[in-house]
Amino acid sequence: MSETVKIIGKMKESKDTYTLEFKWDAPAMPGQFVMVWIPGVDEVPMSLSRIGKIKAITVKGIGEASNAIHGLQVGDYVRLRGPYGNGFSIKKAKRILAVAGGVGAAALIPAIKETGCDTIIGARSEGEIILDDVARKYSKSVWISTDDGSRGFHGNAVQLAKEKMALRDYDLVIGCGPEVMLYFLHRACKENNVECQLSLERFMKCGAGVCGCCMMDELRVCKDGPVFGTEELDGLSDFGTRKRDECGRIINLR
Amino acid sequence: MGRLEITFGRLRLERPGMVASGIMDETGDSMARMIRSGAGAVVTKSIGLEPRPGHRNPTFTEVEGGYVNAMGLPNPGIKLFAEEMEIALRAGPVVGSVFGSNAKDFAMLSAKMEDYGASAIELNLSCPHAEGYGAEIGSDPKNVRSIVSAVSSSVDIPVWAKLTPNTSSIVELGRAAEDGGAEAVVAINTLKAMVISAELRKPVLSNKFGGLSGPAIKPVGVRAVYDLRGALSIPVVGVGGISNWRDAAEYLLAGASAFQVGSAVGTKGPKVFGEINRGLEMFMSDHGYGSIAEMVGVARE
Ligand SMILES: Cc1cc2nc3c(=O)[nH]c(=O)nc-3n(C[C@H](O)[C@H](O)[C@H](O)COP(=O)(O)OP(=O)(O)OC[C@H]3O[C@@H](n4cnc5c(N)ncnc54)[C@H](O)[C@@H]3O)c2cc1C
Ligand SMILES: Cc1cc2nc3c(=O)[nH]c(=O)nc-3n(C[C@H](O)[C@H](O)[C@H](O)COP(=O)(O)O)c2cc1C
Ligand code: FES
Repeated sequence: MSETVKIIGKMKESKDTYTLEFKWDAPAMPGQFVMVWIPGVDEVPMSLSRIGKIKAITVKGIGEASNAIHGLQVGDYVRLRGPYGNGFSIKKAKRILAVAGGVGAAALIPAIKETGCDTIIGARSEGEIILDDVARKYSKSVWISTDDGSRGFHGNAVQLAKEKMALRDYDLVIGCGPEVMLYFLHRACKENNVECQLSLERFMKCGAGVCGCCMMDELRVCKDGPVFGTEELDGLSDFGTRKRDECGRIINLR
Repeated sequence: MGRLEITFGRLRLERPGMVASGIMDETGDSMARMIRSGAGAVVTKSIGLEPRPGHRNPTFTEVEGGYVNAMGLPNPGIKLFAEEMEIALRAGPVVGSVFGSNAKDFAMLSAKMEDYGASAIELNLSCPHAEGYGAEIGSDPKNVRSIVSAVSSSVDIPVWAKLTPNTSSIVELGRAAEDGGAEAVVAINTLKAMVISAELRKPVLSNKFGGLSGPAIKPVGVRAVYDLRGALSIPVVGVGGISNWRDAAEYLLAGASAFQVGSAVGTKGPKVFGEINRGLEMFMSDHGYGSIAEMVGVARE
């Protein structure tokens, strides 16, 4: 359902990423998201980066709506809908590896908090690493990768994940990040015979499984996802290859 | 054949419940899923001449008893929709919903839908939130009549007119559709509505107003169907707030020959069709109905 909440905290995570905190009692699972309304601008999906009584979103400024969210200050009101989506199912897994690319870390933090699992946080360069301090509070092993080698492992998060999978016996990999990264993460997990659950993105309007604009094959990313397991991902021909624009037209990803 | 089978004008459907236009029916795979979930047919998202992004978000919000939406008729345009139809039709029957701003566009779009293999055409004369389309042209009986008649003479498949409840007399619109040659009317589309955020002191939807759907509008829909059934000789398709077999039965008993389900696909998921089908079968055996047709309009007697 929807609620108008007051911003009670604002933290800078990196040069283009902020976390906004607010009090909201709605029950939420790790991996769920909300639709955030910025009056006069847009309404966009954002994962919950905290899911207790105090909740948060962590937003990278990439365009009009996300930059407008950055303009919100402590004391301002914001209207949210949700929480939506199915989230990660992490109850049964014992040895979990979380793999985050860029702002995808936001979606993984609640699961990392709940399980204390090993974590890889990847970014293009040192200045873009976010939420590693939060991850370190909950898990013993937090590894960093940067594409340019400015901090931690020199390479991308999937390459680092492959190394860790070879060394340790994981039974689940959870991931969130750019789709191409997730596509290769899914492949790496299959090669290593490890289950995975990955959080995907598509253009969203209703967020509630009604309008059908966020379809990947026959699944709704907003309602059947945004987290999909290995087998669902195996069957998705759109995964890593196609998305749709606001009109429903197909856009090829590669 | 199965007890749920209906014959509806020139159309035969194995099950009486269709997916309402605008609900998980913009892509081929999604339509196919709905048919496999137990829908007798799927009505496509309303398709127009050109690709359209629809209104800017927010386009949708939950309210007590349903949803208010102003999607603004997003669609990929009739040309690209050929691929989606091809995929959907492998799963079962598809009714092509179209919208235009004049009779000529409606006729052209409908002819394309017929070429693609649609079983029938549903004319969107009732969307309450797209300027120059839908209810803006469908509230005038003269327009309804001329659009229906232009389309009827340009296709060989059945033509249905989807009517707006945002009018002083839906029956007049129904008569106009019948005069124009419609084989059925579909009632109702959403009720014009608005949501305002108190704290932010602004209308929530970018379009300001939208259309209310879901359980809250069911009594309005049932009344519309009851009135139309009494005034017309063509069949009526009932839609508005159906989320279980009892809701569906209400519409049938009010005089609907078939029904459509929209919002409940969001609240209950595509499995809602299977549940309705099973519930209706139970109801029929409990009350001695051998076919859906025997139930139609019984509450009027
Ligand atoms: C389930 C989900 C969870 C997300 N979680 C986060 C998060 O925790 N933190 C974060 O920074 N970002 C998150 N995003 C991405 C975020 O929604 C977009 O970055 C944001 O909408 C961009 O809007 P904009 O106006 O700033 O950019 P624009 O310049 O308008 O758009 C840039 C790109 O953003 C994406 N986008 C825009 N509007 C939407 C929309 N309505 N639905 C989906 N994608 C859209 C599109 O890919 C678009 O090409 C999430 C997306 C989804 C689908
Ligand atoms: C998100 C959404 C989009 C819709 N889009 C269309 C559309 O494109 N064409 C149309 O004729 N009706 C459209 N409708 C109206 C539905 O087809 C239906 O008439 C209405 O929702 C009432 O049924 P319900 O209460 O079962 O949802 C839409 C409804 C919703 C909720
Ligand atoms: S955004 Fe509407 S169905 Fe997913």
